[in-house]
Amino acid sequence: MELAFIIEKFVLITVIFALSLVVAMYSTLAERKIAAFLQDRVGPNRAGPGGLFQPLADGAKMFFKEEIIPEQASKFLFVAGPSLAILTACIGSAVIPWGEAVVIAGRMIDLQVTDINVGILYIFGVVSLGVYGVMIGGWASNNKFSLMGAIRAASQNISYEIPMGLSIIALLLLTNTLSLKEITAQQHGWHWNVLYQPLGFLVFLVCSFAETNRTPFDLPECETELVGGYHTEYSSMKLGFYLFAEYINMFISSAVMATLYFGGYNYPGMDWVNSLLGPLWGPLVGMMVLLLKIFVFIFFFMWVRWTVPRFRYDQLMNLGWKVLIPLAIANIVITGIWITVVDKL
Amino acid sequence: MKSLTNKKKVLEQKPMSFWERLYLPAIFRGMAITFMHMFKKKETVFYPEVKREFSENWRGLHSLKRDEQGRERCTACGLCALACPAEAITMTAAERKKGEEHLYREEKYAAVYEINMLRCIFCGLCEEACPKEAIYLDGNIVESNYLRQNFIYGKDKLVEQLFKV
Repeated sequence: MELAFIIEKFVLITVIFALSLVVAMYSTLAERKIAAFLQDRVGPNRAGPGGLFQPLADGAKMFFKEEIIPEQASKFLFVAGPSLAILTACIGSAVIPWGEAVVIAGRMIDLQVTDINVGILYIFGVVSLGVYGVMIGGWASNNKFSLMGAIRAASQNISYEIPMGLSIIALLLLTNTLSLKEITAQQHGWHWNVLYQPLGFLVFLVCSFAETNRTPFDLPECETELVGGYHTEYSSMKLGFYLFAEYINMFISSAVMATLYFGGYNYPGMDWVNSLLGPLWGPLVGMMVLLLKIFVFIFFFMWVRWTVPRFRYDQLMNLGWKVLIPLAIANIVITGIWITVVDKL
Repeated sequence: MKSLTNKKKVLEQKPMSFWERLYLPAIFRGMAITFMHMFKKKETVFYPEVKREFSENWRGLHSLKRDEQGRERCTACGLCALACPAEAITMTAAERKKGEEHLYREEKYAAVYEINMLRCIFCGLCEEACPKEAIYLDGNIVESNYLRQNFIYGKDKLVEQLFKV
């Protein structure tokens, strides 16, 4: 390991970490603004120009709130819950390719923290771990509502990971690789996977809503039935971590969707732009395009949240097991037949 | 049971079709509706800077009126206190002394007149009950305060200011 390599990765990790935190921070403002716009209001606009400092004010408020750990709670697990939630939310971004390799001072630098050859499996692993933060927190609170929320979170995540995995299998039939870097490189220019896998994308999209506990699948934290769900007993920054983890998850799953189905940093006419701007600024434009796609997805997440009411628990399970899994399996079969036929011709 | 009106309608509950169970068409329709709302005119009134006008029959803070010569109209008859459903009004009557004719119109006046603004429901019955046209709910919103005792408004806050000529 040479020093330059370590510095390069360190800088990259720091930048991506900071980026996901800032995006998550401003997602909270965006959420409130979009909610307001969809309801004919203007949203927070007092803190700073146009409400731009609202996330800072919210964060400061969270810090100054009283920290309460319930008497009957399991102290260690009570703290471990939100820590795990935010940890798993943050490490998901490690395998996402943020752009093509840039050349700085004659050195090729990959805009990806690490290109492990089972990138998709890594993402799945991290996503599966994410539910532990919720479960541990809900369990350790020693509160009925928290426990109900945690149980719902667990069953929901398990149910929706299956169609999610099945929709990915159809994608892997096309790409023949698990590495996110190669999958992105295959979608050069126009060849976005969503054009070949529309049904798979739809299933994946619905499942990612469920995995991030966003409306209409926010049963683990539904206020109307469960007070606050798994974070009923949490206060101060520990509650902040849970809420924040949800926004980071949203950012990461938007990035994964953009990478897997919408070509990542690829966009039509990228060769021409790259030849015009050179090996440094060309890939950075690609990175901006990826961020743009991510923001569109985040907007979509919020748009859905303020449109669709929450599913009932039985509806949630019916949708997961009786609709999405058959659809995903059908998608695999169709993809398999299609690939075979195309190969034969 | 035979229905008395012919408005009764038996709803037929069909099981949802596969397409309906997907929820997607309905969701897309809903999303189109919410998206259109993004471009609608915003209803927000920026309160401290912009104030909405009160309606014609708005009932706000009470004021005890004076007559044309600047004398208090209230004669402390207590009809307002009697009419008040929230029992917010209390008063102590006093007799007008010689030399106070320019202050009070009648021989009797209210030495103390207090309205508890936390009890008042702004129904306007005191206004209706008053035979001397002495009390009207034509003021503004009651100001906020941290202490309950500060919501008991006395004559210093209620009686109309003298006209400056």
